[in-house]
Amino acid sequence: MARIELERLVKRYGATTAVHGIDLMVEDGEFVVLVGPSGCGKSTTLRMIAGLEDISDGVLRIGGEVVNQREPKQRNIAMVFQNYAIYPHMTVGQNIGFGLYTSKLSKPEKQARILDAAKVLGLEDLLERRPAALSGGQRQRVAIGRAMVRDPVAFLFDEPLSNLDAQLRAAMRIEIKRLHQRLGTTIVYVTHDQIEAMTMADKIVVMRDGRILQVGSPTELYEHPVDIFTARFIGSPSMNLIEANAAGAEIAVAGQSLQGFKAEHSGPVQIGVRPHDLVVGEAGGGGLSVTGSVTAVEPLGSETLVHLDIAGAQIIATAPGRVVPKVGSQIAAHAEPGALYVFDAANERALGRL
Amino acid sequence: MAALMTRPGSPELAANRRNIRPGRVMVWTLLFIGGVIMVTPLLYMFSTSLKSAGQVYDLRLIPAAPTLDNYIKVLSDGRFLRWFFNSTLIALCVTLSNVFFDSLVGYTLAKFDFRGRYLVFIAILSTLMIPTEMLVIPWYLMSAQFGWIDTYWGIMFPGMMTAFGTFLMKQFFESVPNDFLEAARVDGLNEFTIWWRIAMPMVVPAISALAIFTFLGNWTAFFWPLIVTNSRELYTLPVGLSSFAVEQSIQWEMIMTGAALATIPTLLVFLVLQRFIVRGVMLAGLKG
Repeated sequence: MARIELERLVKRYGATTAVHGIDLMVEDGEFVVLVGPSGCGKSTTLRMIAGLEDISDGVLRIGGEVVNQREPKQRNIAMVFQNYAIYPHMTVGQNIGFGLYTSKLSKPEKQARILDAAKVLGLEDLLERRPAALSGGQRQRVAIGRAMVRDPVAFLFDEPLSNLDAQLRAAMRIEIKRLHQRLGTTIVYVTHDQIEAMTMADKIVVMRDGRILQVGSPTELYEHPVDIFTARFIGSPSMNLIEANAAGAEIAVAGQSLQGFKAEHSGPVQIGVRPHDLVVGEAGGGGLSVTGSVTAVEPLGSETLVHLDIAGAQIIATAPGRVVPKVGSQIAAHAEPGALYVFDAANERALGRL
Repeated sequence: MAALMTRPGSPELAANRRNIRPGRVMVWTLLFIGGVIMVTPLLYMFSTSLKSAGQVYDLRLIPAAPTLDNYIKVLSDGRFLRWFFNSTLIALCVTLSNVFFDSLVGYTLAKFDFRGRYLVFIAILSTLMIPTEMLVIPWYLMSAQFGWIDTYWGIMFPGMMTAFGTFLMKQFFESVPNDFLEAARVDGLNEFTIWWRIAMPMVVPAISALAIFTFLGNWTAFFWPLIVTNSRELYTLPVGLSSFAVEQSIQWEMIMTGAALATIPTLLVFLVLQRFIVRGVMLAGLKG
């Protein structure tokens, strides 16, 4: 197990810079998820940690040692790939054992490790099978098994669940999480799926355009996003944004005047409200009340997502599961005080809560 | 199976008959004619090999008095066995060399990014445009200078690596996902082991296609072995068989017996690698 430190890490491809000098500390035994849209540099960062991409500038330390120039094998890390990368011409047992190909362990020791990994992952009965005869979830478990047997200082996962269907993905999320709790090994996990990030991570790193926007626990990111991008990226459905105007402690939004804004900012702002905080129904005391026409409804069983048009702005509110408003009807929705996020409209940075 | 189990005159059979379209009949007829054209010479070859010298010009397919004398004569002639051995040795060595080196170069061109990669690839491909006839003189001069005339190496060296094989393997290696190779790299394998243990098993169909073409090409090679060999001991089968014709005023039954024996390895290659042949032919279709 080891701590991974990224110090001003840069990746350039010719004239294009894919990663712009990022700093990150992954503590020993921590589960860190790099999340962001396609092309944000998260996979490149992971591949630099693995040693599969050269580092253009900056320092990478694993376990306190600078490893910039070390080959992947000398870094003692294991990686699980999106398409599993398990070898079709080998059996499950051989695939898992392949992680020990260069190991100096004796044959019985290797066999014992393979069996151990297979037991943890529930693959004992499949050791003689070929990958072609396995389901997607089983294949992914074999790939994890191959990483496990090496007893590496860290696991790197590159979008490992992207090829699985929704149900299996949810099951594998829990499995990987349990595995981490059991092994306690440092994990760096890359995904574009914010649900994976929220459910698995000790620490989430939000990336965009080769830069880190915010680092924090899932709750921190959900409650205190530093900008509009993070606010909308974390949480599903995405946060609603309504244009507003701030004048000192007062904010004028959707025909209402809200008092008590502590940041004392003047000028155009965006008010963010999460769909789960904007509940269909008449206003209580304080907070934000809006009225709009229903453009679509998505009954999910436990709740209903109601799409509203408020003076041209499209927002989503929630209603209890059995309430399904008619499309075209006028309804009111309300958010409690403290549920609103205020962002500067010019630079999109967070200004505070209201 | 269902069709086999259906009794004649049953409704299923009638339905099947109605499904036969005129286009299909045309295709099958053409294929049948093609098949006859291909197989007839082969049958005549075997037929003639079973005839005595006097019967050769009797064009009946089934010999009036079939005899194995020709086979006994050819096989008891030490020269034939020697040529057979030469051809086998040369075809095997060249095939192994091609599978090894073409794959190695193809893999490097497909999976490593280095300066001049495209240029190297174009240079290799451009050699495909030069006909063998143009190369024979330089090859011969080279062989003469190095003292390779009348040696096994002299016969083999021009074919030990081919541009076609390199191209074929490169195209195939490109379809191997990088994740497999990177996973092996992270697991600590060196580049040669990754190629041998991971990449090669994933392109077995291409290797089979390359092996088939190389083996058959060298088994039937005539022009270069004829030029580079002087002593009869080093003749390959095609060269040896042609010498039969010249010196013994064309003994057709002997030539056909030799040719029939010479097709055995070819047939074996086809039988063993049968399942890869269709794919191989599709891949290498451009070779013509």
